[in-house]
Amino acid sequence: MTQTEFLNIVMPFKDKVYRLAKRLLVSTEEAEDATQEVLLKLWNNKAKIQEYKNVEAFSMTMTKNFCFDKLKSKQAQNLKIVHSNYEEKNTPLQRQVELNDSASWVGKIIEELPEQQRMIIQLRDIEAYDYDEIAKMLDMNNTAVRVTLSRARKTIREKLTKTHNYGVR
Amino acid sequence: MVLDNIEKLLEKYENGETTLKEEAQLKNYFSQETVAPHLEMYKPMFQYFLGNQKEQFTKDLPLKPKNRFNYKWLSVAAVAVLMIGFYFTTSIIDNNCNDLGTYCEPEEALEEVSKQLAMISNHFNKGTQAVGYLNEVDKGTATLGYLNEIENTTKIIFKK
Repeated sequence: MTQTEFLNIVMPFKDKVYRLAKRLLVSTEEAEDATQEVLLKLWNNKAKIQEYKNVEAFSMTMTKNFCFDKLKSKQAQNLKIVHSNYEEKNTPLQRQVELNDSASWVGKIIEELPEQQRMIIQLRDIEAYDYDEIAKMLDMNNTAVRVTLSRARKTIREKLTKTHNYGVR
Repeated sequence: MVLDNIEKLLEKYENGETTLKEEAQLKNYFSQETVAPHLEMYKPMFQYFLGNQKEQFTKDLPLKPKNRFNYKWLSVAAVAVLMIGFYFTTSIIDNNCNDLGTYCEPEEALEEVSKQLAMISNHFNKGTQAVGYLNEVDKGTATLGYLNEIENTTKIIFKK
């Protein structure tokens, strides 16, 4: 397989890989690194690429696993500082600025969701995969995907309604 | 009527029951400038989804064709080395058999061997000539035999 053939296979979904990685890892740089890593892994195993039934789904699964590994190692490395006794009464400035930009506010809300829900929102609402594909990528069954998705959507809506009302008042 | 439809779709959407087509419809509706005021809060969500679709991976991929060592060529090389080795060793034996102290032609070898054998027998003969002096010793002992005669005569004298 030549470089151009490989790129032709990879091009259509490399952005999706990147966006999923970014959804999970948050930071742009880390998402870029992860995408690069995943695509290089594919390139190194290019001899086996024809055996995979669905290269795209396979790469998404790879990305998911890779990001989970990254997150796990990060958790192991970093010391978490949790302020349990500190609470700011006023809305922080940062937050006020964000409120103006409601689209980025949605991003923040999604960031707060559990990883599983984040991934499913990403795959369904942004990348528009169908349920079977998502189920295959995440190694879940169809109903579980729907339930998780529904939960995530409801959470987003609730939080949005809250901030919306807050903005109005 | 359209609004009614959208509200129904939103409910289905929240339960995770919408199809991709219906979701596209929703996204389409919320990308308009004006949305029904009580649905205003959905707008940023769908806009965010649409906006996020456009984000791209821009970092370039360092794809080097990996030079993996091919073991097929190793065996080919090994065979080549062996063949060259055999070729040279046989030719060395052919060309330089004199260096090893042997003869290439059997006749030459026979001639040389007979020459050597002749030389050996020559030296052997010299040795046997030297041994010939032992005959003189024999003669000496023979003359000593005359002493017996003297003994005999002395015996005769003393008996009487």
